[in-house]
Amino acid sequence: MKKIFFIAFVVFFIFMFYSAYEIRDFGNPPSQMDDRIIGKYNSTTGEWEYGAVNETGANNAVTSVVFDYRGYDTLGEATVLFTAIAGVMMLFRRVKNE
Amino acid sequence: MNEERMSVIVQTIASILFPIILIFSFYIIMHGHLTPGGGFQGGAVGASAVALLIVAFGARYVENKMREENLSAFESVGGLVFVIVSILGIFVATTFLTNFLVGEPLFGIIPKWGVSPLNSGGVLPILNIAVGMKVIGGLASVVLMLAIASKEGEK
Repeated sequence: MKKIFFIAFVVFFIFMFYSAYEIRDFGNPPSQMDDRIIGKYNSTTGEWEYGAVNETGANNAVTSVVFDYRGYDTLGEATVLFTAIAGVMMLFRRVKNE
Repeated sequence: MNEERMSVIVQTIASILFPIILIFSFYIIMHGHLTPGGGFQGGAVGASAVALLIVAFGARYVENKMREENLSAFESVGGLVFVIVSILGIFVATTFLTNFLVGEPLFGIIPKWGVSPLNSGGVLPILNIAVGMKVIGGLASVVLMLAIASKEGEK
């Protein structure tokens, strides 16, 4: 059993390193999937034709999803955090004896 | 000598590291719309700086320096800014949470290929800063309250 785990670990390790080598460089021209999400850049006019960068103006497409397209979700998450902190504050508040 | 404090070495290293960690946290929050990270992640980093201070100096000392009420107020201001900016979207533009600053010259320039200007993104940087304030204040006050409560429980 230990041998199987070790072999699986080694295979996974090699796979991760291989994918790290094969990944395209930071800022390289995007693949087709990026074209659909981030948008299509027209290099002659210097403007984005459609997509997330054109609509939100943020380079980070993840942030544009989290704070713009799914902003309600983030508001709910902040509300969950607020409620949890209010609960902790209520539980551990200082009680004055006098 | 206070029992809660750790040794002088730990205190010195903590007081050197504290502003550096805070600056890194502010960097992550400010560049949330350009690089990986954002309000939540940067806020967690900033709260870990406060946790480092609590470990090194003890909960009582940190509570005397930064009142827990101030941290809670900081957190509430962050939540208020988020909601106000969201509701402004109804009045300025069309719906709740509209990115109404995109295309404006001040905050909303749309970046060209390969450049990442800081004043892009419309309301996204403002919301990032609001969430960052919220998470820094909230997590730091929770860690502080839990540390104080565990110290009082030992007695």
